[in-house]
Amino acid sequence: MYNFLTELTGNEIIAAFISAMLPVVFIVPFVIFGVLAERKVSAHIQDRLGPMRVGYHGVLQTVADFFKLIQKEDIIAEGADRKFFNLAPYLVFVGSYAVYAALPFTSTYIGSETDIGLFYIIAVSGFAVAGILMGGWASNNKYSLYGALRSAAQIVSYEIPTALVILSMVMLTGTLSLATMSEMQTAYFWNWNIFGGAEWAFTKLLLIPFMFIAFIILYISTLAEVNRLPFDMPEAESELVAGYSTEYSGMKFAMFFLAEYGNMFAVSALVSVIFFGGYQSPFGYLGNSLGLQWLIPYEQLFWFALKGILFVLVQMWLRWTLPRVRVDQLMTICWKYLIPYSFANLIIIGLITLL
Amino acid sequence: MKQYFKNTWEGLWTVFVGMKITFKHLFVPSVTIQYPDVKVPLPERVRNRLYVNMDDCIGCDQCARACPVECIEIETVKSMPEEDLGKTSNGKKKALWVTKFNIDIAKCCYCQLCVFPCPTECIYMTDVYEFSEFKREDLLYKFSTLSGEETLQKKENFEKFQAEKEAQKAAEIKAKAEAAAKAKAESESKPNSDETKQSEPPKQENS
Repeated sequence: MYNFLTELTGNEIIAAFISAMLPVVFIVPFVIFGVLAERKVSAHIQDRLGPMRVGYHGVLQTVADFFKLIQKEDIIAEGADRKFFNLAPYLVFVGSYAVYAALPFTSTYIGSETDIGLFYIIAVSGFAVAGILMGGWASNNKYSLYGALRSAAQIVSYEIPTALVILSMVMLTGTLSLATMSEMQTAYFWNWNIFGGAEWAFTKLLLIPFMFIAFIILYISTLAEVNRLPFDMPEAESELVAGYSTEYSGMKFAMFFLAEYGNMFAVSALVSVIFFGGYQSPFGYLGNSLGLQWLIPYEQLFWFALKGILFVLVQMWLRWTLPRVRVDQLMTICWKYLIPYSFANLIIIGLITLL
Repeated sequence: MKQYFKNTWEGLWTVFVGMKITFKHLFVPSVTIQYPDVKVPLPERVRNRLYVNMDDCIGCDQCARACPVECIEIETVKSMPEEDLGKTSNGKKKALWVTKFNIDIAKCCYCQLCVFPCPTECIYMTDVYEFSEFKREDLLYKFSTLSGEETLQKKENFEKFQAEKEAQKAAEIKAKAEAAAKAKAESESKPNSDETKQSEPPKQENS
């Protein structure tokens, strides 16, 4: 993609810029869709209807909300630290946006083809903590600070099981690059990592249960990392007013929102790349059977978006199923359950791959 | 150790059970009623906004007297003998011009006490409950069908009539008085004998 754009524009800087802006084209419509889906799914789970008045069945509700947010006054509290207060939402968004650089949308488009994509994602997803802490501290509001500190504690602790599971997957596939990892799970769905990857038959059967455990651990811990329910202590509305975003209004608040939904898709896409073949189609490509090679990237984009959105929908589904956990329960789940299990899983997967 | 694995299993299992329940609810028809478009049918005997059917009102003032919060104000003027106001739907003859029939719905307590005394059943509760206003004055409902000029005219008519009647009465009284005076005068000249006649017999008895 980058090479193609370089040839097209004849300028590396412009090509890099366009290539870097492409995820925005994806994120903004996704956020608009995601917020609406969240409201609709929550409504239907609770036997309500959700937004119904803007457009057909309220499909334009988020667009209307977006225009409302733009028009809102940008309030900055007197005691707030203006510089950091203004910087924080953008920092959070940068943290979630940077993850997209390493995600392979198709076999032809990937923001940056680094060999250490997974390592980079783990490193960058911790970046959001800095933004959240900055926002909470600069707001000069005790609820914001509580929210920010909880968020920091939560994200930092849940990075450990995430990293351990990713480590076990790296041991299995032998690569840190997400593009290579996706390519290895090509052809049919039984080659996906959740079904043991493209392994020899007996090893494959042995791997499947541990892959499912790894998947569940990774899913739970990524859920906690993006501050979704049941781990949404940082923005627990019923106890903390609104967490670290209490003092924010207008576009800056929207920025936090954008980052949150961007993050949701990013971790869902990560889960799908690691376990469900990323952009790979489960049944082979239409482009191959029709002999149209140019169709394949579009199909891959479709599968990638579909898998990501499916996991986002499961996140929403979980959100309206489970009650919020307490802080001590949150830490118990992480340190007493997820980490031991992921350690054991790591060792077992290592032994199996050695055999 | 056993407890630990049991906890893990229970935690996971209960999550799946919960997810199954919420998934089922995704397809349950929603209970939402789209309020301004769709309304809940009201019970039969609801008490909401008052309405007065002025065609049937005879201006008897009973509703105003029944009202515990004094929210009904009625003023009436008597009609001329030659004017025919028609009849109410249950056959009562109307005799009064209702020049003012105001209900201050802001004061109304929806007790329905005004509805029962009405002899023609012209004041009643409707099922309208959406009548909020921006100004308090707009909640003063005026039911009188007569315009201001008509009201003035009716009043004038009545006053004139009253005056005429008074004059007539005065004239009658005068005539009566005159007649009485005349009679007195007549009787003064004539009944002298009567008096003597009447006064004489007791005298006779006495003697």
